[in-house]
Amino acid sequence: MPDRVNDHPILGDTTRKETVNITVDGQKIESKKGEMIAAALFANGIRINRYTIKREEPRGIFCGIGQCTDCAMTVNGKPNVRTCVTPVEEGMVVKTQYGVGEREKNDD
Amino acid sequence: MIKREAVVIGAGPAGLSAAIEAAKRDADVLLIDESLKAGGQLFKQIHKFFGSSAHRSGIRGIDIGKELLEEAKKYGVEIWLNCVATGLFKEKKIAVEKSLDNQNKTAEIIKAEKIVIATGASENAIAFEGWTLPGVMGAGAAQTMANIHNVLPGEKILMIGSGNVGLIVSYQLLQAGAEVVGVLEAAPEIGGYGVHAAKIVRAGVPIHTSTTIVEARGDEKNGVKEAVVCDVDDCWQPIKGQEKIYEVDTITIAAGLKPLMELARMHGCRCDFIPQLGGWLPLHDKNMETTYPGIYVAGDSAGVEEANTALEEGRLAGVAIAESLGYIHSNKASSIKNEIWNRVDGLRLGPFGESRLEAKEKIIKTFQ
Ligand SMILES: Cc1cc2nc3c(=O)[nH]c(=O)nc-3n(C[C@H](O)[C@H](O)[C@H](O)COP(=O)(O)OP(=O)(O)OC[C@H]3O[C@@H](n4cnc5c(N)ncnc54)[C@H](O)[C@@H]3O)c2cc1C
Ligand code: FES
Repeated sequence: MPDRVNDHPILGDTTRKETVNITVDGQKIESKKGEMIAAALFANGIRINRYTIKREEPRGIFCGIGQCTDCAMTVNGKPNVRTCVTPVEEGMVVKTQYGVGEREKNDD
Repeated sequence: MIKREAVVIGAGPAGLSAAIEAAKRDADVLLIDESLKAGGQLFKQIHKFFGSSAHRSGIRGIDIGKELLEEAKKYGVEIWLNCVATGLFKEKKIAVEKSLDNQNKTAEIIKAEKIVIATGASENAIAFEGWTLPGVMGAGAAQTMANIHNVLPGEKILMIGSGNVGLIVSYQLLQAGAEVVGVLEAAPEIGGYGVHAAKIVRAGVPIHTSTTIVEARGDEKNGVKEAVVCDVDDCWQPIKGQEKIYEVDTITIAAGLKPLMELARMHGCRCDFIPQLGGWLPLHDKNMETTYPGIYVAGDSAGVEEANTALEEGRLAGVAIAESLGYIHSNKASSIKNEIWNRVDGLRLGPFGESRLEAKEKIIKTFQ
């Protein structure tokens, strides 16, 4: 499983201490404050963000900087959130997105 | 609609230095960037730069980034982060969208007297069987994961492409603790600088020239598990029967960059296809001004080069803007711009630099 880089020869100690709890497809996950959702998922061994609408193929991060939308997921009921450029927040509910996703009702 | 004297789009080295040079001479500058942090690609660049001391060689990208942010603050550059320019319309109007994807977005139109497009570049993708599987990603994505987010993008990685990005990112992935099983290069020779190649070879990573990837194999649940690679002939076609399989969980693609020039094109700035500089890009003169007066371009969006050239081109645009707004006398501006041009020419040396120098000179000539 890919891991966090906590001790780096150039960057030094990169340990992030403050944790934030999020839920991914119903499973509780510990992430680090300020990190992007996609990074938190990677650190927890999850690298599939969505399935395409026609062929239902899996997609994961490709550009990592918000250009390609391959990493889109449904976040707090809102679909098409690019997880590589959206930071985690305490209590965030993240779901694998199927097709173009659907806006959940309780979202304004 | 709000109004601004100068708006710089993109806060990488090019945009930051343009904003600093203009603001330093009292222009009122707004710098926008779609990211949550200014600095563009600089904060991924944990290696030391080349060049003479005038080019800050031996300094790491991350440190240059920190200095630029401090300078921008010192000279009062207004910075809007998390703010993407979605359009550039006639008479220099910029449409921007603010906020993250999970928040409610707001839109704004900014009318600017001067605009600098410094949006950088995007990575080229290459298509092969299975290339959409999770675990196949741009080298830049892997670099961002390891150096910015401090998360390993994979454990066993195969790098496709031996240009400087491919070589540097391979080394940085090793530094972050991943295993790089090899670097493939379809051309008969390594694409990037010898020093970068030597560094990874010394670290035990083989570079296979005249070799390409033909397939990424894996499954719907876990993504990439294997890479099928193959030798290529003189016409870069895979030679049947020469396939080899690598067990890897991640495949990173470093197949070059292309300028992000959509905004310039949208405004009708004349563009041309210049292969040595990454493809389609807006033409510009010695002031970095495009064919539309008042719209400037700098850095990778004006032709893909390196962080140092991006910095200098940004400075040129910044000084030229201050000059045309009347904040600096044209005699003084000329001598500053000449100094910068001397430094830029000094950066465009060597086999790679020379072809870029030639291409840039041609752009400026067609412009006249
Ligand atoms: C992945 C990658 C790795 C690289 N590694 C190296 C390296 O190791 N060494 C080296 O010398 N060069 C490297 N380069 C080459 C690059 O030329 C320079 O390093 C340099 O960063 C280019 O500066 P720039 O300011 O033109 O663009 P960037 O640094 O890319 O900055 C552009 C900025 O514009 C923003 N932006 C883009 N579009 C919009 C928009 N529509 N609205 C608002 N903001 C926008 C982006 O978020 C970004 O912050 C790399 C490039 C990439 C893409
Ligand atoms: S990985 Fe491309 S937008 Fe997130």
